[in-house]
Amino acid sequence: MPSKKASSTSKQLSHELPKTPTGIIGLDEITVGGLPTGRPTLVCGSAGCGKTLLSLEFIVRGAQEYNEPGVFIAFEEKADELATNVASLGFDLQKLQDQKKIKIDYIHIDRSEIEETGEYDLEGLFIRLNYAIDSIGAKRVVLDTIENLFSGLTNQAILRAELRRLFQFLKDKGVTAIITGERGEKTLTRQGLEEYVSDCVILLDHRIINQISTRRLRIVKYRGTLHGTNEYPFLIDEDGISVLPVTSLKLNKAVSSDRFSSGIPALDKMLSKGGFYRGSSILVSGTAGTGKTSVAASFCNEACNRGEKCMFFAFEESPAQIIRNMRSIGMDLQQHVDSGLLQFYASRPTLYGLEMHLVAIHKAIRRFKPQVVVLDPITNLITVGSVSDVKSMLVRLIDFLQEEQITVMFTALSLNTVVNEQTDEGVSSLVDAWLMIRDIEMNGERNRGLYIMKSRGMKHSNQVREFVISDNGLDLIDVYLGPDGILTGSAREAQMLLEETGQVLQTHAVGVKDRELLRKRKVLESKIESLRSEFESTEEELNKAYVENAIKKEVLEQNRQKLTTLRGKNISDADSEDEIKKTKKKK
Amino acid sequence: MSKAYELRLYVAGKTTKSVAALNNLKKYCEEHLKGQYSIEVIDLLVHPQLAEGDQILAIPTLVKKVPEPVRKIIGDLSNEEKVLVGLDIRTKQL
Repeated sequence: MPSKKASSTSKQLSHELPKTPTGIIGLDEITVGGLPTGRPTLVCGSAGCGKTLLSLEFIVRGAQEYNEPGVFIAFEEKADELATNVASLGFDLQKLQDQKKIKIDYIHIDRSEIEETGEYDLEGLFIRLNYAIDSIGAKRVVLDTIENLFSGLTNQAILRAELRRLFQFLKDKGVTAIITGERGEKTLTRQGLEEYVSDCVILLDHRIINQISTRRLRIVKYRGTLHGTNEYPFLIDEDGISVLPVTSLKLNKAVSSDRFSSGIPALDKMLSKGGFYRGSSILVSGTAGTGKTSVAASFCNEACNRGEKCMFFAFEESPAQIIRNMRSIGMDLQQHVDSGLLQFYASRPTLYGLEMHLVAIHKAIRRFKPQVVVLDPITNLITVGSVSDVKSMLVRLIDFLQEEQITVMFTALSLNTVVNEQTDEGVSSLVDAWLMIRDIEMNGERNRGLYIMKSRGMKHSNQVREFVISDNGLDLIDVYLGPDGILTGSAREAQMLLEETGQVLQTHAVGVKDRELLRKRKVLESKIESLRSEFESTEEELNKAYVENAIKKEVLEQNRQKLTTLRGKNISDADSEDEIKKTKKKK
Repeated sequence: MSKAYELRLYVAGKTTKSVAALNNLKKYCEEHLKGQYSIEVIDLLVHPQLAEGDQILAIPTLVKKVPEPVRKIIGDLSNEEKVLVGLDIRTKQL
């Protein structure tokens, strides 16, 4: 044995270990290519964890997708039982058998029929196996569950020796084999099969936590190659098994600087360049009844109007309910559903575990390939997991969506009692944009205020806007910033009315003053008039006195002259007579 | 005349165990079932497709087809007591 191990190790070092893809969604990613080619792989797990299905899917996918025929040796179920069991998954075993692509061999061991006497070996099994492999040229073999041999045969020493020989035989045949085994108490398998299969061991698990079951898969070992080491949840549904290779470890996704509208024009205006980035994640949080779903639906509606595919994951309401409710605010989602652009995916959070939800979301997205995804609301998932579980799930979901360049909008219900806004499911740090809708309670009414908490990589308004839901859809209105602070709703209306009234009153007041001024001017003017006439009369008066004086003076002068003349006649009457005459003439 | 016992012995080549089983079987039959048995030896190396029909795993396997119920005895048949019980020739003695 040691020599063989050494040789195989050196072989793996010299070149890449050849791998056989399983065709099972996700499993090939975890195993980085598939199961080791030409080697046996052990798949173990407790009852009902999906071992048979996994191995059967390996055979069927091999036959259908990789053109590798396969042999399924069933120790537990008959061929027709198997066919019936997997018919619901769309595997038509009978057809594949008729096409010689697969061969199902049922090996029945009934202890009551068998007596053991003396030495024997399992050459019969080898011959059957060999015959089955050669008859269709099989490349893949499944032994399900070989441990049944132990219940049918008692001689353990022979069995173990033969099992070792069997695995060697499978390697020699060069087939890629899956051996399934029941999980034991302390060991991986009840019969310690892991000591024979040393190349690859996959453990399946089915756990119930808080009454919710989750299937998980883990690669216990895979010699000579890289592989994912975590426990990966997997889902069994109508398409078979899907494993979710959740987180990509690197943060190196491509980014887009395309932007597109949120469906609310006023909101777009709050963001520089008019909208969100493509491929970004947007969180809408708010208390109950703030219109988160409406925001999300309008986002969807807008995406569909642009002709993009959109997927709406509803964890709270049924699709019909959402469509009806959105119609009440003037949004017709039904037309988008009819045209195939919008798809709803409604499920109860408690339907399965968180990881299962993630797997289901993955599958749905992979199938529909939407450009826009809405999850409404993520908070409801808390009912099936703790906050940290939800967070880790969302991290992986966002990761996946960004990888696919899908824009996602989450809605989250925040409780009034939660004071610290930073704890919104802890996703606030993961998202690229965060809209917060808040109740503003004032004057006996409740109004909604919307603001952008953050928006990575773009300028955005820091203002609170009033968020109004009307028959015509959603709109944002600038809140009123008055002397008393922010006013919304009817208080805003009232304040606006009040201002209008004031305006009218002021206009009126100005008119009154104008008229008074006019009147005053008139009074002033009339006063000026009367003063002037007074002045004129005074002036006249004064003038009159002045003239009278002059006249009086003249008359006196004349009189004096006359007197002088009269007295002067005695001396020279003639002269004085002349002088007087001259004076008179002068005058 | 139909034989009361129809026995089939599955072997894979002439291995020591197969030869021993066949010899043992012949010996017991001659002793206990003289004239009322037939033995068919099937070599699975020659006819591998026959292994499926009787659900053969171990080699050598003796299958008693008739009389009912069908019984299988595996091994080299070295324990005469067990073989005779298995063939319903002798009831189990407790």
